[in-house]
Amino acid sequence: MQGMMISRAKELLQDGTVNRVLGWQAGEFVYDITPAVFESAEELDAGFVYNAFCGSNLSKYLIKETIKEGKILVFLKPCDTYSFNQLLTEHRIDRDKIYVIGIPCQGKTSGEMLKAKGISGITGIKEDGDNVIVETIYGNETFARADVLEERCRTCKSKKHVVYDELMGEEGEVLDSGRFDMVAKLEAMTPDERFAFWRSQLSKCIRCNACRNVCPACSCEKCVFDNPNSGISQKAAADSFEENMFHIIRAFHVAGRCTDCGECSRVCPQNIPLHLLNRKFIKDINELYGEYQAGEEAGSRAPLVNYTTGDVEPSIVYHREGK
Amino acid sequence: MPNEVKAFKPKIVAFCCNWCSYAGADLAGTNRLTYPADVKIIRVPCSCRVNPMFILRAFQRGADGVILCGCHPGDCHYTSGNYYARRRMTLLFSMLDYLGIEKERTRVEWVSAAEGAKFAATMNDFVATVTALGENKRLEDLRCKE
Amino acid sequence: MLKISLGKLTDLFDAIAEKEALYIPADKAGVAQFTRYENGLKMSDALNTNRSAKDFFFPQIENLVDFKVNGKNIEIIDPRTEQEDFVVFGVRGCDARSFSVLDKVFLANPVDSYYANRREHGTIVSMACTRPAETCFCGSFGIDASDPEGDVTCWKTEDALYLRANTEKGEALIEKVKPLLEESDDAAVEAQKAATKEILGKLPLRSFTTEKFGGDVMMQAFNSDKWNSLSESCLGCGTCTFVCPTCQCYDIRDFNTGNGIQRFRCWDSCMYSDFTQMAGGQPRLTQKERFRQRFMHKLVYFPANNNGEYGCVGCGRCLSKCPISMNIVKVAKTLEGEL
Repeated sequence: MQGMMISRAKELLQDGTVNRVLGWQAGEFVYDITPAVFESAEELDAGFVYNAFCGSNLSKYLIKETIKEGKILVFLKPCDTYSFNQLLTEHRIDRDKIYVIGIPCQGKTSGEMLKAKGISGITGIKEDGDNVIVETIYGNETFARADVLEERCRTCKSKKHVVYDELMGEEGEVLDSGRFDMVAKLEAMTPDERFAFWRSQLSKCIRCNACRNVCPACSCEKCVFDNPNSGISQKAAADSFEENMFHIIRAFHVAGRCTDCGECSRVCPQNIPLHLLNRKFIKDINELYGEYQAGEEAGSRAPLVNYTTGDVEPSIVYHREGK
Repeated sequence: MPNEVKAFKPKIVAFCCNWCSYAGADLAGTNRLTYPADVKIIRVPCSCRVNPMFILRAFQRGADGVILCGCHPGDCHYTSGNYYARRRMTLLFSMLDYLGIEKERTRVEWVSAAEGAKFAATMNDFVATVTALGENKRLEDLRCKE
Repeated sequence: MLKISLGKLTDLFDAIAEKEALYIPADKAGVAQFTRYENGLKMSDALNTNRSAKDFFFPQIENLVDFKVNGKNIEIIDPRTEQEDFVVFGVRGCDARSFSVLDKVFLANPVDSYYANRREHGTIVSMACTRPAETCFCGSFGIDASDPEGDVTCWKTEDALYLRANTEKGEALIEKVKPLLEESDDAAVEAQKAATKEILGKLPLRSFTTEKFGGDVMMQAFNSDKWNSLSESCLGCGTCTFVCPTCQCYDIRDFNTGNGIQRFRCWDSCMYSDFTQMAGGQPRLTQKERFRQRFMHKLVYFPANNNGEYGCVGCGRCLSKCPISMNIVKVAKTLEGEL
């Protein structure tokens, strides 16, 4: 796949369709891959990579890139295309300056995922069918691919590209992989258990803002949390209130716009399952206002800027036990 | 009696829309209907003006319960403000519940300018509910405590 | 050399915790973090904690002074209380060295009394590494992961924990738990050290060095074109700075509590758009300049002011935690060709 991508990118650079390519650049190790812009065939040959560690969603970079001159080629995985559509809907990116190639994805893993399995000293990785062989200075270890996938990939919502100019590989399907199961499990707990669960998770927050800055839905020029007059501590999770507030409000600000790409949980240095907050809103919206998938269709009206006269009353929250 | 334990008096913040609920509160007053003095009213132009952050900030600053009152659906002075507020608050309250924060501390009630009696009854009921729940602990900010 | 069998480790922790506050790395909600020891808390097997040990001396947030407003009077309250003695157990070689980097900032004139107070009351018990990761490069800064510094150094083998006091504070701690310990030769420790050294020699970053950097190349490094591409995909989050054991920038702000003001200081990150913002505006307007600040500080400004000592200890946290995997190793390797 990587070879095909590089040669197609070279063609498009050569014939002047695009003048830049947004992709992933190889790093020091097998897993530390950085999003990067390539401007020539030489640069592509030197560093362009596409493998199981290319997890980052490139669509948010297009906000910055489409302000620049010229057209850019971007490679989008299925879940990234949803973010792309959502950004189009919000007029944050300029479609005319982008050439999208949809690329297939078998699910991504990360250095952190492998380390969570107790692996250290990683020097290489080999993919062998459904298995992944990790080479380390302490010897090789083999895992089933499914076991080392990131959570968001184990509960992948769709292998279908919802937008592209050109597609590599086969078109995939929208999947039903039980991504709301954990939300339902939490809902079934008692309020005390839920409180304890979220306290143990959110108290880890170091307020690094990685979740916010990586989120394609968080595209405000100036964030409400960067306002020194907001009366909150901003830079530090000063106490439990600040921790709760930051995460409630952040999830709320992206409610109805979050495509569930899972970048927030991927980047969290403290492994807080932030996607469970966003998924709660998505699940509630689906149940109360009808099925809605942000980014499925460019130009669709998000549920929180919409209404019907027959909407349920807020008091429903008191009555829907275990929801 | 100096040794008597002081009864818990909750602090309640009520966001009232200017056109209906605030006038409803006024009517409750002119009709000499009683509701607890623990309710502090904040007048807003429309129920839809209330940002979720307002609700949380009220808890931070010591509220034990927060209630939002607006025009009845269909009667919004700005046509549709309360419809948006309805969706927002439903989702916010559901999220608070998801985090294990007592959902009974938050409420939305539609009160028209003619419903002085409903305003008083709603506040009496809400204050009783929050009094039963006791002090807000789960969304408190210790820095703001006396 | 003193030793205690691993079976009696809990007794050792209990004995220390009885006399002073003890913090050990423990697995909590899926991540290893320093946790106050109580009731037989189990020590984590992780190579290192997610957050560094700098929190003990330079916490993420602390109150400096409180103002209470009462009518026309303002009462000024010093919120500091007498710091209790505490022990941080299981600090790795990289983090143990980071304290000397922080000392150069906070204990230089004018001395930061908040930091100094904690430093005085804290005892560091470091733990030798046996399974370093590919992201480790403490060797580049002359740190010996198999024999780390600290008030007391520990080695954990298959069956026992070996301890050696290095300082007066360390001697005092050992003295308190002496009855639990037995004398031993250092054969097991020497064997472990040799084994670890062999592994350290196999690490992918073993030959990484920052030697080319320092105050002498300040303008060359500062003006390099490479910063554009290096900083291109930086998200501007504070992950690298907050997990870093040596990042020491902070902000001081006032929080209005409704009945007074709390003046607190909290970690700041040069990656943030409001870093060092002044009345006249912001000196670093783009992410490239903010990004450059961080690495220039570690590799150039810090050694220029501190006799060549770099502001990095090679713990590798930024290598594994950066959301876009851009880190000091990539930056140094890209820039060194230009120097």
